[in-house]
Amino acid sequence: MQPSLFAAAQWTVTTLTKYVRDALESDVRLQDIWVEGEISNSSRPASGHLYFTLKDAGAALKCVMWRSSAARLELTLQDGMAVAAHGRIGVYEAGGQYQLYVDRLVPAGEGALYQEFLRLKAELAAEGLFDPERKRQIPASPRRIGVVTSPSGAALRDVLNTLRRRTPMLEVVLVPSAVQGEDAPAQLVQALSQLNGLPQRPDIILLVRGGGSIEDLWAFNDRQVVRAVAASEVPVISGVGHETDFTLSDFAADLRAPTPTAAAELATQTTGADLLEKTKSAALQLGNLLLELVRLRREELTSSASELRYYSPARRIQSDRQRLDEFGRRVQSAQSHRLALQFSELEGWRKRLLTLSPLEVLGRGYAVVTRRSDGVVIRKVQQARGGISVRVSDGEFDAEIPSRRA
Amino acid sequence: MVKATTPKSVEELPYEAAFSELQDIVATLEGEPASLEQAMALFERGQALAMRCTKLLDQAELKVKRLSGTELVDLEED
Repeated sequence: MQPSLFAAAQWTVTTLTKYVRDALESDVRLQDIWVEGEISNSSRPASGHLYFTLKDAGAALKCVMWRSSAARLELTLQDGMAVAAHGRIGVYEAGGQYQLYVDRLVPAGEGALYQEFLRLKAELAAEGLFDPERKRQIPASPRRIGVVTSPSGAALRDVLNTLRRRTPMLEVVLVPSAVQGEDAPAQLVQALSQLNGLPQRPDIILLVRGGGSIEDLWAFNDRQVVRAVAASEVPVISGVGHETDFTLSDFAADLRAPTPTAAAELATQTTGADLLEKTKSAALQLGNLLLELVRLRREELTSSASELRYYSPARRIQSDRQRLDEFGRRVQSAQSHRLALQFSELEGWRKRLLTLSPLEVLGRGYAVVTRRSDGVVIRKVQQARGGISVRVSDGEFDAEIPSRRA
Repeated sequence: MVKATTPKSVEELPYEAAFSELQDIVATLEGEPASLEQAMALFERGQALAMRCTKLLDQAELKVKRLSGTELVDLEED
């Protein structure tokens, strides 16, 4: 069919471009993709955004990486470099261009590894190995720390230096292991198992290795290693690679540290310096408590001494004496009153009573005679017979009546 | 109140035992006021314990061992 020369346009540039944009951006297969190619024409203007082209033998793809993502790039882009870029396809309408908006850029080959990483992560997460509830508390004052790492790497040196500096009163048990290559996963698993099986188990295990590429760190993504980390009864602190590196062992560990040094620091919350502080403050407290006690006792002594003086016999006698004196004074003053007259009258009667008392009578020579046989007091002559008892002023004596007298 | 058998000589105590006893003594003196003689005795032992802890901390050296088979051997560091 021949197109009409004068057919009305169906589209404007804008509407057409918008249509293309919608078509591409709504296609899920063009979002969240990895693309491999060679870098060319890379530029980084003042804005900080990164512009480059990915090409291969058959085609070229314009790419842009915004400043925020580009800033985190560890790669130095060079033309000809083989890379894998992750991002989404979009359309830059003003420029009439479709392009790849890149959020991640890695050396070629690593793109595939990264996808494998994500697959493994999903698989092991489904086993519940990364659940926050599984994670144990890290003991605050460990006596023994187990370390799983290469015996020749910088990681071990850094860990030991850190521990030596912070908590010298500590025992470290190293179980050497390969940390990359084919043998690494099996050795890592065995090391973790050995530490858990020691008769004197460590309080914490540090699983560490220095920085490296995703391939170098791959052993720490191995299924068996991750399961062993999760299964470890001894709490595990992982410190693998650099700050930005995450391995699946990090997710399974009870605590992830950004570096081996940080792992050693996180394992020693209470430092030797802290313990020294605690000891010194305890000693100080002792001194203060004792001083307080002495002060208390001294106060008690002072108050109880005065109490004692108050209640002692001497004090009592003193107070009695005082009371007597006072009474005497009152009596004396009383005698000067009319009462004095009554007192002297009573005095007269008192003297008379005294003369009438039996003791007074006996004193004048009279005696009380009683019959010994029946205790009767003899008043009459005819009552007197047999043995008698005679009582005088100062005692008694016995007598016999020989015969009666008329 | 029956006291335990003669307490271990301070010089023989490892760090945890010494520090733990030191804390116990502080707690005791904070609680019921003891007789002055008891308090003095506790104070002196407490001071000795504190000195023992300080000495152990000052002299501490990191002990590093390597698992070789089933043996724990000293680690030769380079």
